[in-house]
Amino acid sequence: MTLLEISSGDTAWVLASAALVLLMTPGLAMFYGGMVRANSTLNMIMMSFVTMGTVGVMWALYGYGMSFGDSVGGAGIIGNPIPLLGLQGAMGDATAGTLPAMAFVAFQAGFAIIAVALVSGAVADRMTFPAWILFTILWGTLVYFPAAHWVFAFDGFAAAKGGWIANKIGVIDFAGGTAIHINAGIAALMMAIVLKPRIGFGSKPMRPHNMTLVMLGAGILWFGWFGFNAGSALGANGLASHAWVTTLVATSAAMLAWLGTERIRDGHFTSLGAASGVVAGLVAITPACSSVTPVGAIIVGVVAGVLCALAVGLKFKFGYDDSLDVVGVHMVGGLTGTLLIGFLASGDAPGTHFTAADGTVTIVKGLFYGGDASQLGKQAIGAFSVLVYSAIVTLLIGFFLKAVMKIRVAPQAELDGIDLEEHAEVAYDLSSVRYTAYRVNQRLVIPASKPEEVNA
Amino acid sequence: MKLVTAIVQPHKLADVQLALALHGVSGMTVSESSGYARQHGHSEIYRGEEFTIDFVLKVKVEILVTDAGADEVVTVIADSARTGEVGDGKIWVTTVEEVVRIRTGEKGDVAV
Repeated sequence: MTLLEISSGDTAWVLASAALVLLMTPGLAMFYGGMVRANSTLNMIMMSFVTMGTVGVMWALYGYGMSFGDSVGGAGIIGNPIPLLGLQGAMGDATAGTLPAMAFVAFQAGFAIIAVALVSGAVADRMTFPAWILFTILWGTLVYFPAAHWVFAFDGFAAAKGGWIANKIGVIDFAGGTAIHINAGIAALMMAIVLKPRIGFGSKPMRPHNMTLVMLGAGILWFGWFGFNAGSALGANGLASHAWVTTLVATSAAMLAWLGTERIRDGHFTSLGAASGVVAGLVAITPACSSVTPVGAIIVGVVAGVLCALAVGLKFKFGYDDSLDVVGVHMVGGLTGTLLIGFLASGDAPGTHFTAADGTVTIVKGLFYGGDASQLGKQAIGAFSVLVYSAIVTLLIGFFLKAVMKIRVAPQAELDGIDLEEHAEVAYDLSSVRYTAYRVNQRLVIPASKPEEVNA
Repeated sequence: MKLVTAIVQPHKLADVQLALALHGVSGMTVSESSGYARQHGHSEIYRGEEFTIDFVLKVKVEILVTDAGADEVVTVIADSARTGEVGDGKIWVTTVEEVVRIRTGEKGDVAV
């Protein structure tokens, strides 16, 4: 595609955003790593890191093609990866909008990685590492790449024909409320069901072992999310600036809303509540950051903060061990943001103006901003299509893995901590006794019988 | 020789240490410990889940003394660790058969 001239400003911003988005996955690793018990920390961090490995390689080999290649038959179901195998067709003069195609490849790579890594929060402390690696490959290929095509591939941007949710339905999902958060959230629920709860779930305390790590992770996520949302403008312009501001204020409001909910219900303002509120706000504003006003963004944040704070308690009622609240935060937050667009989309926000090929401009308005319910209907179709597709395929992947390999560590290893079992390491080597117990290249031989003189 | 073991409130440890030092006690072993007696644990709600916490954090102080010195040391600890609230802790005294100073090999009262 060589329709528009490459803009150096747009390219610079998108490349910087790409790095910000990639940083979110290590941020997520810290966020999740602090939230588990001390002897599962490294496994939690490694699940995110290895996803940067698997999905990073897959993205270059065929993932970008499946997501952003020309839609097969124009149906909007899946991109054709053949011309883009190994990114062959994205090199040289290839463009995406006003960007070199490679800048768009780089930017979207981080999205694919974090979408997959998000699911790991539901399988904490118990999934074998080989099963997780295989899961990232299968889920990325069968669930994320198609969903990304549906939602992110616009006609005529990176390829002539894009996905059905973006182009045929006309859902507003600016940076991935559906393809990323609803998708990963429901997948997390399915994997929690397939894996069954951790030993002691609901009776033993499984509180976060390192809240400072959680807060650091939440901070890195918030920082990186400016690339995620404002970068999704795919240009250095007013749209990006608008998304930046809504991403700030929705998150601020969501943190306060979560803290308030918690204070009223439980009596304390917890730091875990603040960190979770930040993420809930970021998730909810992700689809809506271009299409609501700053005040609308605050409303999105408050609603998401309250709803997600209430939703995370449901796992104890229903007995699914969504260990780190991926369902309660990402699925509920993603649905909240995606559906609220139907109410709060404003003609004043730049992301509601759509220019058709013949130059006519349509402005989408939500129910509260002078519009009718049509956009809400579209949002619901988009959200539930991704939800149902992800639920079914994730469940199939889960049962497939369970059938062909050991998907859960042995009970003793789970009780002792998965870090030592799967990675031969511990996160905090603070005991001098344990350190002394290791010997290099020698074995302590204990005689079979006591020496004579002791018995004498 | 006697071993005086005291379970005290963590925030009273500094007071106990100071009182013992002023009394002339030259050494002690301190460790963190947890438990419950008349002061039961408490419950709290965290992220929508109610927790009961059975064990309360305490500090265990262990001091080796000569037979003659035990009573006074017990009194010093009790006076310095007392707040008057439930949960102040306990002190008990046990008889010790032998004490050896590892560096010199000295045994008995001189090693205390």
